[in-house]
Order: sequence, then C-alpha cells, then structure tokens
Amino acid sequence: MELTLWTYEGPPHVGALRIATSMEGVHYVLHAPQGDTYADLLFTMIERRDKRPPVTYTTFQARDLGGDTAELVKRSINQAVERFQPEALLVGESCTAELIQDQPGALAGGMALGGIPVVSLDLPAYSKKENWGAAETLYQLVRGLLKDQVPPPGTSAPSPQRWQQEGRRPRVNLLGPSLLGFRCRDDIREITGLLDRCGIDVAVVAPMGARPADLQRIPTADANVCLYPEIAAPVCSWLERSFGMATVRTVPIGIGATTAFVEELCGLLGLEAPQFDEPSRLPWYSRSVDSTYLTGKRVFIFGDATHAIAAAKIASQELGFQVVGLGSYSRELAREVRAAAKELGLEALISDDYLAVEKAMAEASPELVLGTQMERHSAKRLGLPCAVISSPLHVQDVPARYSPQMGWEGANVIFDSWVHPLMMGLEEHLIGMFRHDFEFVDGHRSHLGEGAPPQTGEKPAQATPEQTATGTPAQAATATLEGLVWSADGEAELAKIPFFVRNKVRRNTETYARERQLQVIDSETLYEAKAHLSR
Amino acid sequence: MGASTLAEAMANPMLDGVLDAGPEVAPPLEILKESGQREVFCGLTSIVWLHRRMPDAFFLVVGSRTCAHLVQSAAGVMIFAEPRFGTAILGERDLAGLADANEELDRLVKELLARRPEIRTLFLVGSCPSEVIKLDLAKAAERLNRQLLGQVTVLNYSGSGIETTFTQGEDQALVAMTPLMPTSDEPQLLIAGTLADAVEDRLVDLFGRMGVGAVRSLPPRRSTELPPVGKGTKVLLAQPFLSATARALIARGAELIPAPYPLGVEGSRDWMAAGAAACGVAPAQVAAVLDPLVERGRHAIAPHRETLAGKRLFLLPDSQLELSLARFLSRECGMELVEVGTPYLDRQLLASELELLPAGTQISEGQDVERQLDRVRRAKPDLVVCGLGLANPLEAEGIATKWSIELVFSPIHGCDQAGDLAELFARPLRRRSLLSFAA
Repeated sequence: MELTLWTYEGPPHVGALRIATSMEGVHYVLHAPQGDTYADLLFTMIERRDKRPPVTYTTFQARDLGGDTAELVKRSINQAVERFQPEALLVGESCTAELIQDQPGALAGGMALGGIPVVSLDLPAYSKKENWGAAETLYQLVRGLLKDQVPPPGTSAPSPQRWQQEGRRPRVNLLGPSLLGFRCRDDIREITGLLDRCGIDVAVVAPMGARPADLQRIPTADANVCLYPEIAAPVCSWLERSFGMATVRTVPIGIGATTAFVEELCGLLGLEAPQFDEPSRLPWYSRSVDSTYLTGKRVFIFGDATHAIAAAKIASQELGFQVVGLGSYSRELAREVRAAAKELGLEALISDDYLAVEKAMAEASPELVLGTQMERHSAKRLGLPCAVISSPLHVQDVPARYSPQMGWEGANVIFDSWVHPLMMGLEEHLIGMFRHDFEFVDGHRSHLGEGAPPQTGEKPAQATPEQTATGTPAQAATATLEGLVWSADGEAELAKIPFFVRNKVRRNTETYARERQLQVIDSETLYEAKAHLSR
Repeated sequence: MGASTLAEAMANPMLDGVLDAGPEVAPPLEILKESGQREVFCGLTSIVWLHRRMPDAFFLVVGSRTCAHLVQSAAGVMIFAEPRFGTAILGERDLAGLADANEELDRLVKELLARRPEIRTLFLVGSCPSEVIKLDLAKAAERLNRQLLGQVTVLNYSGSGIETTFTQGEDQALVAMTPLMPTSDEPQLLIAGTLADAVEDRLVDLFGRMGVGAVRSLPPRRSTELPPVGKGTKVLLAQPFLSATARALIARGAELIPAPYPLGVEGSRDWMAAGAAACGVAPAQVAAVLDPLVERGRHAIAPHRETLAGKRLFLLPDSQLELSLARFLSRECGMELVEVGTPYLDRQLLASELELLPAGTQISEGQDVERQLDRVRRAKPDLVVCGLGLANPLEAEGIATKWSIELVFSPIHGCDQAGDLAELFARPLRRRSLLSFAA
C-alpha cells in the first residue's frame, strides 16, 4: 500500500485508452465500473477533443456482481461492435474488473464478431502504470494485426537500403506519438517535413491518426523511428526481432540530437544527409550577446525520460545552463536517465512521489525549473520560474499554435519557452548597471517574474525577495538556523544588493562562512566571499 | 403537499400565475427506466467539495491508482502542496493477504497523521477494489480509533462506483457522521447538505430574521463541531441527493420537512418558508422577510429569462440536481423540457419537485448513454446539461452544453443566487450568439 496525493501517471488501462483514442477505426471495450468513465474527460477536456473516446465501459454495479457479469461483458461487446463497426477491437479490464476475473479477452475470443481482429489486453492494474499500458497496448495491437505477416524464422532481414533497387524514395514509420503525449501532434508535422527535405517519405504514423489497416502496412517501410520510447520501444524491438526492421532510436529534440537523428537515419538508409542552411535560430540566439546572461543558470529538470534526457542535453550544451537536478517518473527508462545524469555529474532522481521531487527541487536551488504540470505547481510555490516540457499535461499544454518540440522548429520553440520565464538578458544587465538608482526600490519585480512567493520562508535560504525586503536594513544582528550571525553592517551591505540576486548572495556567503567556520558575517565577510566565489 | 399550498398562500402575483398552471393532482409520471452504459462519476468525486467544507478533515481513499487519478482529474487543479485528500493505493501484496492489507493501512494512516497533525477527522473512503476484496473499513476505523485514543476520529464510508454515483458520496459521508452527533431534543432547524460558506451564512441570517434562531448545518465547517440531533430537530435538505442521510436523521428522532430544493427563487422561497413554518413562524413574518428577496431575485433572473425562454433543454443524468434544475429552468426561465435524466429517482425526497414539473415531463432514470445520445441528436435541443466527458463532443456536433460539475462547485442556492444560476445556463447560449467567424 502506498500513499499518493497527486500522480504523474494514471492506471495502465488509461494508457490503452490513449492508444485507442489516438487511432481511427479501433474500439475498446473496457470491463469497468461507472466511475472509470472519468477517463473520457482527459481527452475531451485536456486534449479538447471534439469526439468521445472510442470506448464502451461495461459499468457494472454491485448488484451485478451476484449475477452474471460475464454476460454483461458479452452484451457490451456485441453492442459496441454493432454500433461502432470497428476495424479492430480491444478488450480489457480496469483494476476492479481484474479482481472479479471475468477474463473479457477470453470471452471476446469465443464470440462470433464477423472476423474483426480482437486484441485481448492483459494490463496488471496493481503493478503497472499508464505509459507501460500504452506501450503494451500498441505492441499487442501491432503484433495481433501483423501475426500473419511474420516471416518464418531464418528469413534474412530486409535491407533498409532496398528502396534503391525498388526505384522509389526511402520510407520510414514514425512510432509512438499519442494523445496526452507532449506536443506529439506538432512533432509529427515537423519530423515529416524534416524527412521530406532529406528525401524520405513517411509510411505509417502510429498510433496517432492510424487505422488498423495502416498498422498492417508497417513492414512495408525501410526502417522504424522510435520517436517516443515510453510508448514505442517495445513495439520497435518486436519489429526488429520478428521482421528484421531496423530502428532509429535517437530522439530528435534539440539541435545536436536532430543533427544526429538525420545522420543516423540517412546512414541507415544509404542516403547522403542534406546540408541544412541555418535550419534553426537556436544556435545563433544562444550565441548572441543577449544570451550571455544565460550562462550557468541553474536548471532543475524532471519529466518523462524522453523529454527530461533531451532537456538536459539542450540545457547544458546548447544554452549553457548548469543542470543541477535531473530526474524522471519513467521507471521503465530509469537506466537511460541515470546515464544522462551521470554524464553531467549528477545522480538521477527516479521517483513518482511529487513531494520528493519538490524537495529535491528546493534543495538544488535552481533558477529555472523544466518539468511537468506537477513541477509547475511546485515551482510556483517556491517562487521559481518554470517551463513545462513533458506530460502529465494541462489544457494549456495543448496550444492552438504550431509548437513542436522536435526538429529545427522545435528547437526554436524550446529557446523561447525556456528563456522567456527568465528575466530578459539585457534587462538584467541594465538593472545591474542602474541598481543604485532610486527607481530600483525593493520589491520591484520584472514583468516576467512569474509565480507567487512561497507562503512561509521556513529557512532563511528560502525567504523571498519581498520578505527579505520588508525588514529594514538590520539594526540588530540576525541569526541563521545554523547559528551563523549576520552583523548589522553585514545585513546593511546585503540590503544594497538587488533583491533578485540577494538570496543567492546570502546563500553563497553563508556557505563561505561555514566553510571557514566563521561565527559572524559582516560586510568584510561578504566582500571576501564575493572575491572568493568570483575566482 | 405543504410546500405548494404554502407557496400559494404567499400570494405572489407572478409566481401564482405560474403555479396555477400546474396540476392540482400530478398525473402518473412518464419515467423511462434505462440500464446500460452510465457516463457518471463515482461517489469519490464528492471529496472534491467535502474537503473544502471541512478543512480539519482528511479523506483517504483506499483504492487503486484509478481512484487517485479520478479524484485528481475531477478536481482539475493541483494547487495544493499537500491536499487534504489522498489515496492509499492497493498493491499486489495487499491483494494477496488481507491481514497484511490491514497492517499496511494502519501503518500508512499513522504516517499520514504524523505528517498532518492538524487533522481532526479522518475519513477512510471505500472504493470499488476495496469493496470487491471485502476490505472491512468499518473494522479498520474501529481499530484505528482505539489505537489513536481520541486524538483523531476515524470514520468510514463508501464512495465506490459500484455502490454510489457522484453526489451520493456526500450522502454516504454525512451518514458516517450522524452516529457522532450528540443527542438533544432542543428545537432547531438542521440544514443538511454542503453549501458554500457565504450562502450558508446568508440563509442562517435570513432564518434569524424570520425568528428561527437555532439553525445548524451538516456537515459543519469544523468536523469536530457536529450539530446535535433529536426530537426537536427539523431537517431541511439543501441537496436532493441525501436519501440515506435523511433516513439516518429521522432514525435519530428528527423530522424531515418536505419542500422543493433551494434552487431558483421559487424553490428557495418555498424551501425557506417550509423551514420557517415548521419552526412555528407566522406566514406574515415569512412573507415580510422573503417577499423583497423574491422580487429582487425575479429581477435578477429576468435578463437571462429572455435568453432562455422557449429554448429546449435536455438534462443528462449526473449530479442528481437535474429535477430541481429542470423545475427552475422551466417554471422561472421558461425553458421547454425535452428530457430530464437522473441517475436514480428517490420519489419521496423529490415529491415536491415532481409535483412542480410540467405535466407530461419526460423523466429518465438510469442511463444507456449511447441510446440517450441518439435521443439528444434526434431532439436537437438548444441546450444539454451533461458531464465533462460529453460536453465538447456535443458542442462539436453543434449542440450547446452546460457542464453539470460546475453546479456542485458554485454557490447556486437561495433567492440571492437565482440570477447567477440562470446566468450559468444562459451563458453558453449568449456566447454562441456572440461568436462569429464571418468576414
């Protein structure tokens, strides 16, 4: 038993719903009580979908449990098939139905449904979660629809370069984009355009927008692109094993990753990678003088593995930030996240406890948080700027405008959406230059400084600029928790420092004083610490 | 029925005209009973407003990840660092042995209470999985109460979707509190059902002006300050979904006052008048306080009535407020009722509402969502009241909707809120007439 207040992921059948709802022509009969119908609103409200998810819930009640719930499952299947005439049927159960063991998949298997492919889903609700459920559903669906096409063992793998003999352009499948994934809709368009400029066609995009017949065309492609490993890694591995299809696993988020992606894919297909002439503004924007203030900005990153790993690379290499925390709730991809963290000299936080994430965030004292909607709330409480980079989503993460994360345009979008929450560079310089002018009274905040200050400053290190500002330049000495004392002239000197860096200076000075086992911090200590730290 | 005769005695010219149109004896009702797929939240959802009502209480769902995800998704916002509700998620090991599950629950409760010392009442909320595996939360509550020695009161109820729909969760939570209510035969008016604090203050003040001094509420604002109950207690239900609570209070000696529910001017007036009359207030005194409110309320409704009058309304079953809303929207806003769906119909608690509905109103009980949507599409109503899962798809089909969940979060009770209540329904129609994408 585990106490959960807010969760990053829903149960595994919600993952199955994401696959069914992302596709066309698929219907999902879910053996579940009425409360489980809440899942519809994830799609109709958060994703603002104009259609109901293609799911029939059996909505059994307590009084049905004494009778024949299996009969209810069969009736629901018959009615769903008759009404929706799906091209493929998914049959499964949610957590409660798993306990009553009606085995809806087996029941469906024994029914005459006019030859519709039926895929039975076995998603253990008490040990697995949403992304696992989505990946398993996509895998089972593809496997079920392709089982007659699997070549006999020993068949040699098709060459990814066979397009050259067949007199056509090379083509690949884009696997993994789904509803409730982060910006998948726009990533598909961006990557399709990118591939087109490389002379590569897209055969099948799945699950988003695909029909069952499209899944049956998967083997006609020369290679698979595993765009979102959380959803597509198992199916890509199976296609490798069973059909000998090669997989491109580089996720094209960021300039370096997009370049590597193009090189990997073109190399595999035997194609010369094209030269892109200034494909994205990110490299120039990052080199431009305005961006020097981004240097060393402390950034805390948490999200699904795909986006967190990509964000760490972009932040550290392409924007010159300092990554001070990296983690993910994707346990299935924990190894990859740990490896990415290790490269940055960090230990990855693998957790689905948002309070543990918030604690790590506070301890890392970042200047920018890149996270999910959960981290956005935590960052707001801590008074930190934040950009959302990953599911779980809020309706505002499904913007009307084109805003991919992948490819060249994705890099532009990332530059804007990560940098704007920080104070504008030149503005910060100007404030530094003119900080002694009377306009810069305490409490002035940038128009971009979003987020409410925390309710209480438990530790001095967390006191907000406003709270610090309310104290008059200290007459008496103030003590920190560890027994360090700020003398009156130390506090007075500190008060002269602009509020938006004051906490950082306070923290650094206290660290410096502790290291030297000083008891009292006066103005001299402050300047010594400044000199020491600027070396 | 007392309420409507009293209403007529109030001699209000405009409403009298409306009331005269109503039948003296209600004709047999057309009730369509449906069974099939239901598109309704389970009782766990009511935690979302109950926890706000009682800030010293914690609601611990004992269930699955689905339960946690449901409450989180229904609440819609995650603005609390540590909300006053959570889920004890059952794992495979808990399913393997119930003895372990009980130990685990005790451990988790103690950890929770250590972290949240301000909690005075802990509700253990049963879910579909906990009921199917027959985890006895009543016993668990008893056991924990013994162990915690009065530091915290532990109660239990079921919010499971196999037993309860949506608002019935509140009914079950209130029933769980009734045994702890002290016994007193002192005369008092007890308002049962969660109201917004400001609305409650207003209603208590109005009763006071009519001369009813002892007005108490269930649930109270502090979970530890439960009102007494006994032979002198007259119960007014503020919400129509409190069947079990009403029975439990009657069993404690209280008297249930039949009345329509305090939605709209007419319902609120009749409801308050019935409560005052039961407490022995003279009709003239009631009229002196309520007549100006009725007058003002009608003025507030008038502009929205212009938007709503003659429009056809279809209510899908959801919050159990549907009959009261239908009565308000047809009688005071002039809407035409196509179908009034309700998850279940308690004829006794809704007798006053059924009497006020226009003759021949099509009521449906239960749901077969696909067939009901077929009826919606055939009828082409001007406005559909429905849950969040259906609203955008219906809008995309060209049908205006009003989400019903807003009705359990917004202050809508009483004469003073009648204009706001009408506005909630008029807004989608006004918005449609505002929008234009033509060149």
